[in-house]
Amino acid sequence: MIQVNGLTKDYGARRAIDDLTFDAEQGEIVGFLGPNGAGKTTTMRILTGYMPPTDGTATVAGYDIVEESLEVRKRVGYLPETVPLYTDMTALSYLKFMADLRKIPESEQRAYETLERVNLADRANSYIGNFSKGMRQRMGLAQALIHRPEVLILDEPTIGLDPAQVVEMRNVIKEIGKDRTVLLSTHILSEAQQICDRVLIINKGKIVAEDTPENLQSRLVGSQRVVLRVRGETDELAAKVSKVKGTRDVEAKSDGSVEFEFSAGQDVRPQVAKAVIQAGFDLLEMRPIGLSLEEIFLELTRENVTGKKAA
Amino acid sequence: MRNIWTIAKREYDHYFISPIAYVVAFMILLTLGIYFTVIVGATAQQAFSGAPAPDIAPLNWLFVFLLVFTTPAITMRSLSDEARTGTLELLLTAPIRDFELVLGKWLGGLLFILSILAITLIFPIILNGIVLGSVTILPPLVSPGIDRQLMFSSYLGVILAAASFLALGVGISAIFTNQIAAFFATFALFFILWFMMSLFTNLIQGSGAEVFNYLNMSAHFTDAFNTGSVKLTDVIYFFSLIALGLFTGTTAVEVRRWR
Repeated sequence: MIQVNGLTKDYGARRAIDDLTFDAEQGEIVGFLGPNGAGKTTTMRILTGYMPPTDGTATVAGYDIVEESLEVRKRVGYLPETVPLYTDMTALSYLKFMADLRKIPESEQRAYETLERVNLADRANSYIGNFSKGMRQRMGLAQALIHRPEVLILDEPTIGLDPAQVVEMRNVIKEIGKDRTVLLSTHILSEAQQICDRVLIINKGKIVAEDTPENLQSRLVGSQRVVLRVRGETDELAAKVSKVKGTRDVEAKSDGSVEFEFSAGQDVRPQVAKAVIQAGFDLLEMRPIGLSLEEIFLELTRENVTGKKAA
Repeated sequence: MRNIWTIAKREYDHYFISPIAYVVAFMILLTLGIYFTVIVGATAQQAFSGAPAPDIAPLNWLFVFLLVFTTPAITMRSLSDEARTGTLELLLTAPIRDFELVLGKWLGGLLFILSILAITLIFPIILNGIVLGSVTILPPLVSPGIDRQLMFSSYLGVILAAASFLALGVGISAIFTNQIAAFFATFALFFILWFMMSLFTNLIQGSGAEVFNYLNMSAHFTDAFNTGSVKLTDVIYFFSLIALGLFTGTTAVEVRRWR
């Protein structure tokens, strides 16, 4: 549905996206993950026909984004980051205008149906200017859905919503994504984890990782880090722990705990526990430090990846 | 075509919820109304001394004169505000071409000005009266009625001038994101085209003066259409301005895409 090949965009001397290549299948929800300024919005703007790329090609729904821009735009629904609404129009008249722009017959009927879909039918004749942030976001989504597009591109769809609205928006996106291609950007990792079939991590205009959220996590968590807390001298403990086969990166922390790491699949925790007890320490705590997606993300997008885990 | 109409219709509807449009309409109609009363009164007093019958030309001149000041306010936000609020992104990712967007914006504004102009038709109607066959609904003020040819050419001139002002205004609005900047840039251009050109013509001698004289909008309206003459050169002049404005607007929108 979406095929991107070597896409590059320069703003003057600054390269916003650099040689991006990825694709998205029909019925797939692909998450675009990255810090602010990573090039997410630029990529989305290029794919929706808002701006041309400096280099590279992309096709959306089988049409070239530069050569057949109008065909692409007919098939794409786009929710920009700043929701584009005419605040002095009513919800219904706004959607009717969008439906007319897309040459939908019986535009008013369609506008009303779309309002029902985003649960705003009861506010059809209210002015958008009086809408809350969550309602505006839903209006933006309605606008993107009005022509029942094959491809949906959503730029930070849950930003600025309260927790209940976030859950609601995610459910709507999941529902839509069942039979359409959805490309959404976010910088909330748990969100990508919850709704995306596949995640692309982008930083400084480059894709740094691409996989399912589960694989991404397990691939990057090649080793397990454990925190150990005892009553007693930590330096001494650290020395003991490092003698146990399979432990590495043993570190005595200033808070009286010791951290160590072992490779996934070689669980040395029982041996460590035994060694600690045998050395006469009182074992208070032994707890794995889960490397969350947040940490993976930070690690992948850090400027200088030193190879050391961000603990 | 349908896209242009969709944009134009929204733009036109939008004027009726914008206070600026009402202020402009009120100002134009009030000024014209007062002026009409004064002219008719003065003509009536001078009628015994053989003064010519009142016609529509001075009113239409005033209309265009007021457009110099008011059109910038009408067009200033047309595209600049879309860029500021982000709705331009909506329009530029909708399946419409850039020139359709600009043309629609222009047409919407033109229809608004034409609506105001339609109201001013009340003045020739009052002068001519309404006589249906043998029934006189409104007795004519001027007998046997005002100069028809002058009336048509004058109104044609107003329409062309308004269309040019709006095209240039929409074009300039596409360049700016700030509507105040768009207002003053547009106003400066209109001021130069309407008032300053004759000054340049007087300052410079020879063929340079002719160039400035051709650019003088006042010469193409006040001394042409508004005297009852419809000449091809004047029509071409206004059409060139319209084309220039719409071209500028379309180019500015395209440039925005590349930035």
